[in-house]
Amino acid sequence: MTEEIIIAGFGGQGVLSMGKILAYSGIMQDQEVSWFPSYGPEMRGGTANVTVILSDDRISSPVLNQFDTAIILNQQSLDKFESMLKPGGILIYDPNGIFNPPTRTDLKIFKIDGTRLAAEKGQPKIFNMIVLGAFLKAKPIVKIENVRKGLEKSLPERHHKLIPMNLEALELGEQELVEVR
Amino acid sequence: MGDIRLMKGNEVIAEAAIRCGCDAYFGYPITPQSEVMETLMARAPWEETGMVVLQAESEVASINMLFGGASAGKKVMTSSSSPGISLMAEGISYMAGAELPGLIVNVQRGGPGLGTIQPSQADYFQATKGGGHGDYRLFVLAPNSVQEMADFVDLGFEKSFKYRNPAMILTDGVIGQMMEKVELTAFKPRWTDLQVEEISGSWAATGKNKNRKQHIMTSLEMVSERQEKNNERFQAKYKQMQEEDVMFEEIQCDDAEYIIVAYGVSSRISAKAVDLLREKGIKAGLFRPITLFPFPNKRINELADKAKGFLSVEMNAGQMVEDVRLSVLGKTKVEHFGRMGGIIATPSEVVEAIESKLIGG
Amino acid sequence: MTAIKVEDIIKPDNLVYKKSSVLTDVPMHYCYGCSHGVVHKLIAEVIEEMNIQEDVVGVAPVGCAVMAYYYLDIDWMQAAHGRAPAVATGYKRVNPKKYVFSYQGDGDLAAIGTAETMHAVNRGENIVMIFINNAIYGMTGGQMAPTSLVGQVTATSPHGRDVDLNGYPLKITELVAQLPGAAYVTRQSVHTPGNVRKTKKAIRKAFENCDKKIGTSFIEVVSTCNSGWKIDPVQSNEWMVENMFPFYPLGDIKDGERDDVDKYLVQKLKK
Repeated sequence: MTEEIIIAGFGGQGVLSMGKILAYSGIMQDQEVSWFPSYGPEMRGGTANVTVILSDDRISSPVLNQFDTAIILNQQSLDKFESMLKPGGILIYDPNGIFNPPTRTDLKIFKIDGTRLAAEKGQPKIFNMIVLGAFLKAKPIVKIENVRKGLEKSLPERHHKLIPMNLEALELGEQELVEVR
Repeated sequence: MGDIRLMKGNEVIAEAAIRCGCDAYFGYPITPQSEVMETLMARAPWEETGMVVLQAESEVASINMLFGGASAGKKVMTSSSSPGISLMAEGISYMAGAELPGLIVNVQRGGPGLGTIQPSQADYFQATKGGGHGDYRLFVLAPNSVQEMADFVDLGFEKSFKYRNPAMILTDGVIGQMMEKVELTAFKPRWTDLQVEEISGSWAATGKNKNRKQHIMTSLEMVSERQEKNNERFQAKYKQMQEEDVMFEEIQCDDAEYIIVAYGVSSRISAKAVDLLREKGIKAGLFRPITLFPFPNKRINELADKAKGFLSVEMNAGQMVEDVRLSVLGKTKVEHFGRMGGIIATPSEVVEAIESKLIGG
Repeated sequence: MTAIKVEDIIKPDNLVYKKSSVLTDVPMHYCYGCSHGVVHKLIAEVIEEMNIQEDVVGVAPVGCAVMAYYYLDIDWMQAAHGRAPAVATGYKRVNPKKYVFSYQGDGDLAAIGTAETMHAVNRGENIVMIFINNAIYGMTGGQMAPTSLVGQVTATSPHGRDVDLNGYPLKITELVAQLPGAAYVTRQSVHTPGNVRKTKKAIRKAFENCDKKIGTSFIEVVSTCNSGWKIDPVQSNEWMVENMFPFYPLGDIKDGERDDVDKYLVQKLKK
């Protein structure tokens, strides 16, 4: 199994850390992983994206122009990456701020209202975990158990108290995933 | 299972340096490799292994601090990105001339000049053909994964001490900035003074005593005849590198009609392209030089007996392709494909290049 | 009259002067009247007297002293032009128990190597920096130095140094003395026996400072270059006293240790 994912949105939405958690979860189930971010000035307040690959085999290119899945968190990213999905691929997006929804008909398209849900909880920081939860519902490539292990491994001990809150956010995302078509 | 982590290439350079018993890092911040020194400073290895980490006033100073530390017979390193390496060129030449070991990491970005901070492989000539003035070479390693970034720190030191010549890890912004699974090696202690004396005591400036002559770390020789002898000695080392330490990897080259030659991130992209080409029924293979100097020209020449063509894929206007041509020696066609200015080629572009430049061309 | 036998002359009771054992027997290439030889001798004597020959490493510059390693029987590093303080830093940081000194001329230390000079001292590297200021580039044939005096005729200022064209003579020693990392900054000369003694004392003090870890010790020696100045050695000494000393006055500029960090700590950043 190889899963090639692009996660894209604004800087500050937790795009890179969502990718990192996903990658760590892959390691926890003995997979090969790669995580390659856009870097440089464009990260400062502009758009941010990261390519994450999980695979049972050695990963070839960490840089791709075709993806199995796109997790899209703003309009610019949708405009840029919709066309780069493989036919039959998954597109999951947060509708907040999306005025031109996806148009391709050969994709499986999902919505997760992560921005609203995080705001309702009064915890904007769990936004990316809600979205990740929704994605894992749509495509369960890693077990939630392995996400927890990944968080334990990647977070410093003093932040471990935040893990339950993050796992709850994952669950919320799973529940709130909406299939568009 | 060893210590498995998810780390950036740049971060792992720092971690590997601490773990392999490096004595000192001297550097100056530049994108896209600043994480190397940042990681080192955060790790504070001076408390753990006694390793020195110092932010210098410039790349010029950094490389000369390397000259000083290497003169003591210590394992010293620096890292930078393209414009910073240009500033170091003078010092690297002096180190080669004075026959000093040391490790230099170049996380390449696009040029010329200030260029771009995005990834590139445009410093191939600089790294493999000298870079500074005078007839000298570096031992150049080209990692293509975060794991190799870790492994090549130790390996680079090993070779630079074997040859008493600076070694370089020539990598790029992608490998430096990406995270992958990496297995870290166990800690090796730093050399004790006694070990330094054993390993480098015959030449290093460890303090002149009555039992030996002065040790002078210099690249200067006013007598031409003697300087010619020095040059002959350097050339003999480079020849020995060629005979003993060439490293490369072949992927599906056995039956390949078309062979992509690529190093660093381009080899990763090309590996994907090979998969795509094979899916199309085209017998493609990937030849990856791991040492860029010494270059694996013998093996490429052998492969040229069977292959219908070679494509050198590099993020530049065509640099390594010259060495591929010199290896193939006209036996078959050699073309180049590359993107420049910080643009990373995609696997499908490589596929198209094979089709248009080798098969259709 | 009985002839005096050589043995009688060289018997130990008659010994009034002995060449330092740290000096080699290689004849120096320096011109007659040049100050380098005297300063070399003083460093050698200090090393011998402190018994640190095995623990000292010198950094030779680019310039007339590039081959200083032929004359002092110690381990050496020969740095790229201007980079001696960085080379010294690199060595000292990995071998903090050794005594490390750099030996540079005015072009090396105050022109091409200004950044390395300032930053090594600013970090308070526990090294000795010896600065030979003869206001000219000797090795390359008498070109203008950063310390050449206004109006001084050199190969590249044939009509005299003109500040509009070339800027002002650089008092780098005064600049260095402003740096918090400097422990001891002094300007000396070696044109009379009295001055030679003072310079030797300064060099001794500078080497002793290395043990105390109190910062950088910096010694400027105002020197002559009769070849570059195109006058004879005696005239050179006179020219130096008359023209250099008024602009580069002799004496200690800073003597103590590197500045207390509290002077530089912003109140709210204090731990």
